[in-house]
Amino acid sequence: MLSFVAQRVVKGVIVLLAIVVLNFFLIRLAPGDPAVVMAGEAGAGDQIFVQQLREKFGLDKPLPEQLFIYVKGVVTLDLGFSFRQQAPVSKLILERLPATLLLTLTAFAISLMLGVLFGTFAARFAGTWLDTAITIFALIFYAMPIFWVALMGILLFSVTMDWLPSFGYETVGANLTGLAHVVDVAKHLIMPAMTLGLFFMATYTRMTRASMLEVKRLDFVKTARAKGLSDAVIQRRHVLRNALLPVVTLAGVHSGTLIGGAVITETVFAWPGIGRLMYDALLQRDYNLLLGVFVICSAMVLTFNLITDLVYRLVDPRIEFTT
Amino acid sequence: MSKRVLLGVLLACGLTAPALAQEPKTGGAINAVIQPEPPGLMLAMVQNGPVQMVSGNIFEGLLRYSPKLEPQPELAESWSVSEDAKTYTFKLRKGVTWHDGKPFTAADVLFSLDMLKQTHARARNNLAQVEKVEAPDDYTVVFTLKQPFGPFLGIFEVGSMPMVPKHLYEGTDWKTNPYNNAPVGTGPFMFKEWQKGSFIRLVKNPNYYEKGKPYLDEIYWQIIPDAAARSVAYETGKVDVLPGGSVENFDVPRLSKLKDTCVTGAGWEFFSPLAWLWLNNRQGPLADKRVRQAIMFAIDRDFAKDVIWNGLGKVATGPSASTIKYYTDDVPKYPYDPAKAKALLKEAGYKGEKIRLLPLAYGETWQRWGEAVKQNLQGVGMNIETIATDVAGGNQKIGDWDYDIAFTYLYQYGDPALGVGRNYVSSAIAKGQVFNNVEGYSNPEIDKLFADGAVATPDSKRKEIYEKAQKILVEDVPVAWMLELQFPTIMRCKVKNLITTGIGVNDGFKDAWLDK
Repeated sequence: MLSFVAQRVVKGVIVLLAIVVLNFFLIRLAPGDPAVVMAGEAGAGDQIFVQQLREKFGLDKPLPEQLFIYVKGVVTLDLGFSFRQQAPVSKLILERLPATLLLTLTAFAISLMLGVLFGTFAARFAGTWLDTAITIFALIFYAMPIFWVALMGILLFSVTMDWLPSFGYETVGANLTGLAHVVDVAKHLIMPAMTLGLFFMATYTRMTRASMLEVKRLDFVKTARAKGLSDAVIQRRHVLRNALLPVVTLAGVHSGTLIGGAVITETVFAWPGIGRLMYDALLQRDYNLLLGVFVICSAMVLTFNLITDLVYRLVDPRIEFTT
Repeated sequence: MSKRVLLGVLLACGLTAPALAQEPKTGGAINAVIQPEPPGLMLAMVQNGPVQMVSGNIFEGLLRYSPKLEPQPELAESWSVSEDAKTYTFKLRKGVTWHDGKPFTAADVLFSLDMLKQTHARARNNLAQVEKVEAPDDYTVVFTLKQPFGPFLGIFEVGSMPMVPKHLYEGTDWKTNPYNNAPVGTGPFMFKEWQKGSFIRLVKNPNYYEKGKPYLDEIYWQIIPDAAARSVAYETGKVDVLPGGSVENFDVPRLSKLKDTCVTGAGWEFFSPLAWLWLNNRQGPLADKRVRQAIMFAIDRDFAKDVIWNGLGKVATGPSASTIKYYTDDVPKYPYDPAKAKALLKEAGYKGEKIRLLPLAYGETWQRWGEAVKQNLQGVGMNIETIATDVAGGNQKIGDWDYDIAFTYLYQYGDPALGVGRNYVSSAIAKGQVFNNVEGYSNPEIDKLFADGAVATPDSKRKEIYEKAQKILVEDVPVAWMLELQFPTIMRCKVKNLITTGIGVNDGFKDAWLDK
C-alpha cells in the first residue's frame, strides 16, 4: 500500500506542475493585467506609470522567463509575492485556508451523511410517498442555484426569524473565547455549510437510491436472504456497502466542484475563505495570488482523490492497490 | 517680497455641521461596510476607493476641503501665496506625532512628495507644475511653481497627497515594506487588526493633536462581498453605516425607509462623480459629430436617473459637474428627442454599421443602465452589440481604443484643471490608459483654452475661459455626458457628524460621534 501511495504522490506532483504551467498561460489569456487594473483604480495614470508598474511586477520580462521564475519558485515552495496586496502569496492563502477547509469539510460531511441516509430510506421505501417526498426534496436542492438558496436562507433565518447571523465567520468585536467562540463560529457556519452541502446532498441521495435499488436485485442479496439474514443486516452490510462505491467515486470527483461552490457560498455569506480570495484575485488579475490559489486547490483535489482511492479499499476489500 | 496672506482659519472642522447644537458624546464603536476589501492600506501605494475610505482615518493630508471646496487646515495650520502666485508657503502644525510616537515634520512632507511622484499616478500629475519644494525649517514647506497653477490649493487632501512617515519608509523597498499592511499615520484612528476577508479594526489615537477628538473608540470596517448581503447586514442591525455606493441602488429606497435610518447625499462634492459614455471619435460612424449628437438626443437620461438610479443624481449638462468651479449650464441642450436623433443619423449617412457598446462591470445598476442605453440607441435605428467583460478586461479594451461606446464615471476633483481638462485635451491622448482623453478628441482651440485656464489669474478670467470651453465641448460631443451620480450614505440616525467635509467618508471619522 505504501508504494501505491508513494507512486500516486509522484504522479500527483507531475500533474500539479502541468496544472501550474497550463494555468500560467490560461490566466494571461484574459485581457488586462495587474498594472492596467492598478493604474485604472488610481484615477489617473500615464503609460510611463503603467510601464513602471509592469517592471515592478516583472511583467515586462518575456513569458518563458516569467514561467521559469514562477515554476522555480513553486518547486522550492515559494508561491511568490502579491504586489496587489503587498504580501507573500503563501501568507495570504494560509490566512484564509482554515475557513475554507472548515466550510467545505462541514458541507461535505453534511452532504454525504444526509445524502446516504435519505438515499437509503428512499431505496428502502421505494415507490411509497416517503420515496417520492425525498426525491422531490433532493431535486429541489439540486435544481436551485447555490446563491439563490443562500439568499432565501438569509431572508428566512436572518431577516424574518432572526435565528442565525447572515454573514461572517464570527461576531465582530465580541472577542469571545473558548466554548463561546466555538458556538459563535458554529452559528455562523450553519447557513453556508447547509447551503453548500444541500446541493451535493441531493446528488448523493439520488445516487445512493439508484445504486441501492440496483444492488438489491443482484443474486448475492437473494443468497443472503436465503441464508435467513434479517432485512436490516442485508440492507446495511450487503446492499449499502456495495451501493456506496459509486457514491464514493462521485464524492472524490466532487472535491473540485465543492471548492467551486465555495466561491459562491463564501461570497454571499462573507465567509473569509480562499474561494473569495481566488475570485478577487481573478478580477484584479493578481497573477501570483491566483496561481497560488490554483496550486493549493489542485493539491487539495489531488489529495481528496487519493483519499477516495484509499476509502475504496475500506468499503470494498476486493479492490487491491496495484501500482 | 510682500505676501498676500490667506489665513487658514482654524475652524474646528465640525463647525459647519447642523448637529452642532448637540454636545458630542465620547465613546462607542461604529460598524461600517467596506466594499470591496482593500488590497492594502498604504494609501501612497494603492489608491482605489476602499483603500482611501479606510486609510483616510489613518493618514492625513496637509489640507481638507469644506463642502464648498474651500481649503481647511489639517496637517498644515496655515498657508500663504506670493503675489506672483508661484510660491506657496505652508506652516505645519506643531506637536503632531506619528502613531509610533515620532514627530511629524517638514522632512516627512518632502519625503512623501518624492515617494508619491513614483507611486501615485494622480499626485504625479498634480505635482507636474512644481519646480521645487524646500523646507527652510522643521515646520515650513515652500512650493515653487514653474508658472501659476489655479487649482494648486486643491491637491492636498489625504487621498490626493497622503503624508508618509519618512522614518519607516526611507531606504526600504516600498512595495514590500511591512508597514504597508499595518500602516502608521498621523490620523485620528490607528490601525489595530485586519482579519482578511472579515473585518478591519481601527482604534482611537489617544495622542491626536485635536484635543478631545476623535470621539469614537473604534471603527470596524466589515467586509461583505455580496451586495444583497450588505443590505441585509444593515437591515439586521449588524452594521451602522453603508457608505455611498456600497449597496445596489434599487435597495436604497427600501433601506432609507427603515426605522432610525438617516440618509445623506453629502460628502461627494470634492469628487463630483460624473458618468458618461466614451465615444470613439477616431473611427466609424462615431467620427461624425452628427452621430455623436444623435446619441445625446437618443438617450433618455431622465429615465436613467428616475428608474435605474431611483431618482438619485442629476442629468449632466456637459463636461463639468454642477458642483465644481466655473460650471455653467449656458450650453447647447440635448433633451430626449428620438425624432431629432433619427434625422441627424440620416443626415450623417449612418447605414446600420455595427457599434460595440461596453457596459461597466460594476454590478446590477450599471448592467441595467447598459441595457437601457442599448434600447434607446436601437430605438433610433442604431445597430448595437453589447460586449460583456469584467473590469480588467474592459479597461484593457478601452486602453487599446478597441471599443465604440463605453461606460465610465470619473471624479472631477473640484476644479476643471484637475478633473475635466484631462479628458478632452489632445496632449492627454495615449494608448494604454483608461482615463484622460480616451475618446481621441482633438481640437486646438480646446487645448489652448484648458492650457490657459490652468494658469490664468484672476479667478474671473479662469471662469470666462472654462465657460467658453464648456460651450464648445457640448456642441462637439466628444463624449456623451449622462448623469452627475449621487452615492447616498445610509446610516443609523444615532451616528452624528459622520460627514463634515466635501470629501465625506473618505476623509476619516474624526468628527463623528454616537448619540447612545
